[in-house]
Amino acid sequence: MLTAGAIGMRLKRVLPPLAVMAAIVAVWWIVVVETESAIFPTPWQVVTGALELAQDGTLWDHIGASLFRVGTGFLLAMLFAIPLGLWMGWVGGAYLTLNPIFQMLRPISPIAWIPLAILWFGVGDVSPIFLIFISSVFPMIVQTTSGVHTIERRYLRAAANFGVSRSVLFRQVVIPAVLPQIIVGMRIGIGVAWLVVVAAEMIALRSGLGYMIMDSRNAGNRYDLVIAGMIIIGLIGLMLDGATRLLERLKTVRWRYVR
Amino acid sequence: MSVKIDVRNVTKSFTSDKGPLPVIGGVSFSVADGEFVAIVGPSGCGKSTLMNIIAGFERADAGTVTVEGAGTDRNGPSPKGIVISQHGSVFPWLTVQQNLMFGLNGDGHGNKALLADHYAAMVGLKGFETSYPHELSGGMLKRVELARALVVKPEILYMDEPFSALDALMNLRMRTELLRILDEERHTVLLITHDVEEAIYMADRIMVLSPRPTTIQTTFDVSLPHPRRLSSPAAQELREAILLELGLQVI
Repeated sequence: MLTAGAIGMRLKRVLPPLAVMAAIVAVWWIVVVETESAIFPTPWQVVTGALELAQDGTLWDHIGASLFRVGTGFLLAMLFAIPLGLWMGWVGGAYLTLNPIFQMLRPISPIAWIPLAILWFGVGDVSPIFLIFISSVFPMIVQTTSGVHTIERRYLRAAANFGVSRSVLFRQVVIPAVLPQIIVGMRIGIGVAWLVVVAAEMIALRSGLGYMIMDSRNAGNRYDLVIAGMIIIGLIGLMLDGATRLLERLKTVRWRYVR
Repeated sequence: MSVKIDVRNVTKSFTSDKGPLPVIGGVSFSVADGEFVAIVGPSGCGKSTLMNIIAGFERADAGTVTVEGAGTDRNGPSPKGIVISQHGSVFPWLTVQQNLMFGLNGDGHGNKALLADHYAAMVGLKGFETSYPHELSGGMLKRVELARALVVKPEILYMDEPFSALDALMNLRMRTELLRILDEERHTVLLITHDVEEAIYMADRIMVLSPRPTTIQTTFDVSLPHPRRLSSPAAQELREAILLELGLQVI
C-alpha cells in the first residue's frame, strides 16, 4: 500500500509532464480545427484510427514484428559485443588491433548499410536484424572495453594478492566491475536499435511499425495512422529504456549508483 | 626467533623526465617471525614503494627480499602476505560474506561460509554478513578488509597507512582492535605510517626512514608493555626522539 505522502510525491513528479502533454494536444487540436485542414488529423482521429487497427489485429502484428527484429538483432549483438569487449579490454594486443577498425565503423550510420543489407540478405527479416546488430554492437563493444580499462587498480591488486585463479578473477572481479558499464552500453544499444528498426522497415518489408507508417501514407494518405504509429514507437522506446534501466537496480551494481 | 622477512641492499629508481629519480637508496633490515615492525618516514620518501617491493608488487633494481617459506622463485604477490592499504580494496559488488570468502578458493578451507562468518564475528561484523560495502561506514569497511585478510591465514600483514583515511576516533579504536586480534592470531606485521603515535602504540620496533633516496636512518626498540599509554613519560620521550629524527623540534 502506498501512503498518502508517497502518492503525493508521485503526483508531483507525474503532473508537470502530463500538463505539458495536454497543452501540446490542445494546441494541436485547436490549430487543426481552426485551419480546417482536410488531411492533417485531430488527436481524436488519431485515437480512433489506432483503435481501429488494434481491433482488427494488424497493429499488434506490426508491433510484434518490430519487437521480434529488435529482440533478435539486439540479442545477437550482446552475445557478440560483451565477450569481445571484455577480451579487447583485457588483452592489450587485441585492443590495439581491433579498436581502430571499430572506431572507423562506429560513426557510419546504420542507415548507410541498408543497400548492402538488401544486397546480401534481401528484403526478409534478416536485413533489419542485421541492421539492428550493426547499430547496437559498436556502442556495446566500446562501453564494455572502456569498462575493463577503468577497473580500479586496487581491486586487481587485491585479486593478485589473494592469488585467485583466472576464472575467479573474471567471475568475481572483472565482470562485476564492468557490469555497470555493460548496462550503459545496453541502454545505448537498445535505443539505437529501436531507432533503426523503424527506418529499416520503411524500405521494403510488409510488416512492422516502420512499414505501417509508410503504408498508411501511400495507401490513401491516412495521416491519422502515421501519427498513431509515431506515438506508439515513442511509447515502446520509452518502455524499452525503462526495462534496461531496471537492470540498474540489481544489487550487484548498486555500488555504482550510490554516493 | 626465526627471520620472517629479510631485506638486503634494496635500491629502486623511477624514470622521470629529468632522468632517473632514485627513490630507495639501499635499505637492509629483517623482521622476525611474529614481530610487529613499523616504518615511519616523511611523506614522499618511498615508504609505499618499499612495501610494494617487499609484498611483491614491484621489483627492486638491486638487492634481495627473502620471505621465509615463500621459496626462491618468489616473483610476485602471494596470499602468504596480504596488503591492507589506505583506500582499501573491499569489492563493492560483493557482500561482506562474499568478500571474506573471496580468497578461500583453493582447497582445504573446509566450510568457507562458516570460516568467513567466524572472522566477521571476530572483527565485530556479526549481523552484517549479507550487507554490501556501500551500506557500511568507513570503520566497518576497514574491518571487512582486515577480516578478509585474516581469513586466508596469512603469515604476514602488510599495512600501508591502514587507518589514515578514518576519522581520528575510529583510527584510535581500530588500533586497539588490531592489537586484540593480533593477540588471538599471531601474525608478522609490517606497518607503514606517518603517524608516530600509531607506531608507538602498536609496534615492537620502529624504523625511521630518511628523505629520498631513502635509507634507514634510525631504529627504535619499543619495549613498553601492552596496553600502552601514549601519555606515559616513556612513550612521550620516544615520540619526541622519533619526531626529532624526522626533523621536527618538539616544544
